[in-house]
Amino acid sequence: MTELPLYGDDLFDGPAQPGGHAATTTAGSRPTPILELVDVGKAYRSGSLAVDALRGVDLTVEEGEYVAVMGPSGSGKSTLMHILGCLDVPSGGRYRLAGEDVSDMEERQLADIRNRRIGFVFQQFNLLPAMPAWRNVELPLVYAGVPRAERRARALEALGRVGLSERVDHRPGELSGGQQQRVSVARALVTDPSLILADEPTGNLDSVSTTDVLGLFRELHEQGRTVVLITHEPDVALQAERVIHILDGRVVDDQLVTGGTRP
Amino acid sequence: MTWTETLRTAYDAIRTRRMRSALTVLGILIGIAAVMLTVGLGQGAQAQVANQINALGSNLLIVTPGSSTQVGGVRGGRGSATTLTTADAAVLSNRQVVPDVAAVAPVSTSSQSVVANGQNWTTSIVGTTPQWPAVRARSTDTGRFFSPSEMSAAAPVAVIGSTTAQQLFGVRSPVGETLSVGGVQLTVIGELNTAGSTVGGDQDDQVVIPATTFADDFSAGGTSVSSIYLEAASQQDLSAAYQETSNAMLTSHGVTPAAADFQVSSQASLVQTATSTARTLTVLLGGIAAISLLVGGIGVMNIMLVSVTERVREIGLRKALGATPRVILRQFLTEASLLGLVGGVLGVGLGVAGALTLPQLLGQPVALSATAALGALAVSLVIGVAAGVYPANRAARLAPIDALRSE
Repeated sequence: MTELPLYGDDLFDGPAQPGGHAATTTAGSRPTPILELVDVGKAYRSGSLAVDALRGVDLTVEEGEYVAVMGPSGSGKSTLMHILGCLDVPSGGRYRLAGEDVSDMEERQLADIRNRRIGFVFQQFNLLPAMPAWRNVELPLVYAGVPRAERRARALEALGRVGLSERVDHRPGELSGGQQQRVSVARALVTDPSLILADEPTGNLDSVSTTDVLGLFRELHEQGRTVVLITHEPDVALQAERVIHILDGRVVDDQLVTGGTRP
Repeated sequence: MTWTETLRTAYDAIRTRRMRSALTVLGILIGIAAVMLTVGLGQGAQAQVANQINALGSNLLIVTPGSSTQVGGVRGGRGSATTLTTADAAVLSNRQVVPDVAAVAPVSTSSQSVVANGQNWTTSIVGTTPQWPAVRARSTDTGRFFSPSEMSAAAPVAVIGSTTAQQLFGVRSPVGETLSVGGVQLTVIGELNTAGSTVGGDQDDQVVIPATTFADDFSAGGTSVSSIYLEAASQQDLSAAYQETSNAMLTSHGVTPAAADFQVSSQASLVQTATSTARTLTVLLGGIAAISLLVGGIGVMNIMLVSVTERVREIGLRKALGATPRVILRQFLTEASLLGLVGGVLGVGLGVAGALTLPQLLGQPVALSATAALGALAVSLVIGVAAGVYPANRAARLAPIDALRSE
C-alpha cells in the first residue's frame, strides 16, 4: 500500500467547513470518499468455530451524505459499525477513512484516527456520570492534546450548537435522556470529525427525544456533515437520505430515500 | 495527554470513589505508620540503653565474678560466684601492675531497710572507696563524698542518692541527718547528683558508704566484693587497660584464661550486647509492620482490579474517544501510585504524631529520622506502582468494542 500524499492534517483539522473541503484523490477528478470499503470481510474465531460476520462488503460514502445502515440483529451491522468506527479492523479487504487506509493499523494508530476523524454517538450515551456536561464534551480534546482553556471554549461552543448552553455544568444524572444524547452529540462534534457515527442513537429514547435527536442529525447533515446512523428502526432510517440494508454480512440493498422530508 | 491531565484524571477517579479510596489509603497509612513507629521505638530503645551504659562513667571497665562451679558440677550463672575480693581491688590499684588504670572502685552491695526521720525505705547500701565518684562520673550536689581518712577509719558516714533523700527527708536537705541501717547509725555527709536510671538500676536510690564500714557492719568482716569498676586513663588507653586488668586478675587468681573465674567488660562491649538485643527486636517488630504494609499494598491492587472491572465501559469509551493503550496504562498506574503516595504521606504524618505523643504515654523514647520518613514515602510510592502494574495492564489491553459492549 502506498501512502496517499495528500492527506495532511491541515485538510481535516481546520475549522468545520465540511462542504468546503475540496478533497482530491490521486485521480484528481472526483472528491475523496469519506468512507471507502472494498470487499471488507470480518471473521470471528471462537475455538474451532469461525463466524463470518461480514462477507465482502463494498461501500462508498461521499462527504456530506446522511446514511442509515439497517439490518436485523445478527446481520453484521454492529460489526460493520465497529469497523467503520475503527474500533476493530477487518480481517479481509481494504477500508479507507477519509483517504487513509486503516485496514492494517495498530491499536495506537487506530486510537489516533478515532480521535481525529470520528465522532461517536452511542445508544447508551456513555457519558461519565461524575463529570459535568462540558467535561464530558471536552474529553476527546484531552486525548488530542488540546490546551485546557481552548478545550473548555470548544466544549462550550459544541454544547451551544446542540442547544445546551444552559446545562454545561449539569452532570448526566441531572439531564433527561434526550439531553444526555445531545451532550454526546456535542462530544462527537467537538473535534470537528470527518464522520459522525451513531450506533442506535435513539434506542434508549422516548418518541419526543427521538424526534429531537433526529432533528439534530438532520441539522448536522444540512450543515454538510457526513452522518452514518446505524439502526433497526425503519422510521429512524427514513430520516436519512440513503438507506443501506445489511443481511448475513452482505449489503443487500442500497438506495436513496425519495419521499424524505428534506426540503 | 500531558502529565497534568493524567494526574487530574486520576485525582477525579479517586475523588469519585471517596469511601473506597479512603479505605485503601488507610491500609497503606497504617502500614507506613506502623513501620515508622516500631523502627522508631526500637531505635529509641537502642539509644536509651547506650545512653544508660555511657552514664555509668566514661572509659569504664567492669570486673564481675565469673560463673561458679559447685562440687556436683552444677554451674551457676555469670556473677553467681563470690570470687572477687578487696585483695583484687588492691592488686588493680597498683600502678606498676596496671599502669593504664587511673582509678579503681570496688563495690559491694547489700539491700537494707533504712530508717530516718520517722520514715522507712528499703534501698541498696553500697560499700566502696573514695575513688568511686571519679570512676562512676558522679559528684555531690550538697555536702561532700567521704574522704580517704574516713575510709581508713571506717567512719559511720553515708552519701545518699536524690531519690533516697527525697523518700526519707522530703525536700529538706539530708546533710547532717542520721540514718539507722540495721541498727547501725550513719551520718549523712552528702547528696549525690541526679543520674537517672541505668542498666544497673536507679542510680539515684542508693546509700554509699566507705568499704571498710560496709565490711564491718554489713558483711561480717568478709572481703568479697560484687564488682570492681575501673577507669582507664583515657579513651586510647582503654584496650591496654583491659589487657592489663585481665592479666593482673589471671596472675593474682593463678588461673589460665580458659578457667577464668571473672569477667572484664568494657563499656563498649556492654553497649554492643545491650543494643544488639534491641536491634533484634527492632528488626522483628519492623518485619511484622512491613507485613502490614504489604497487606496494604495488596489492598491497593485489589481495589485497582475492582476499579478496572467496574470501569470497563469507561475504559472502552476513553479508548473510542482516542485514548491509546499507553494513556490508559498511565492513567491507572497514576491512580494506584497516587493512592500509595497519599497513604504514605498520611502514614508519615501519623508516624510523626505518634513519635511525638507516644514517649509521653509509654515513657519510651521514639527515634525519628528524615531518612526513615523519606524511605517510607518512597516505599509507599513503589507499593502503589507495583500494585497498579497488573490492573493497569489489564485496563490497557481491553479491546474498545468488548469494553463498550459490556453492560
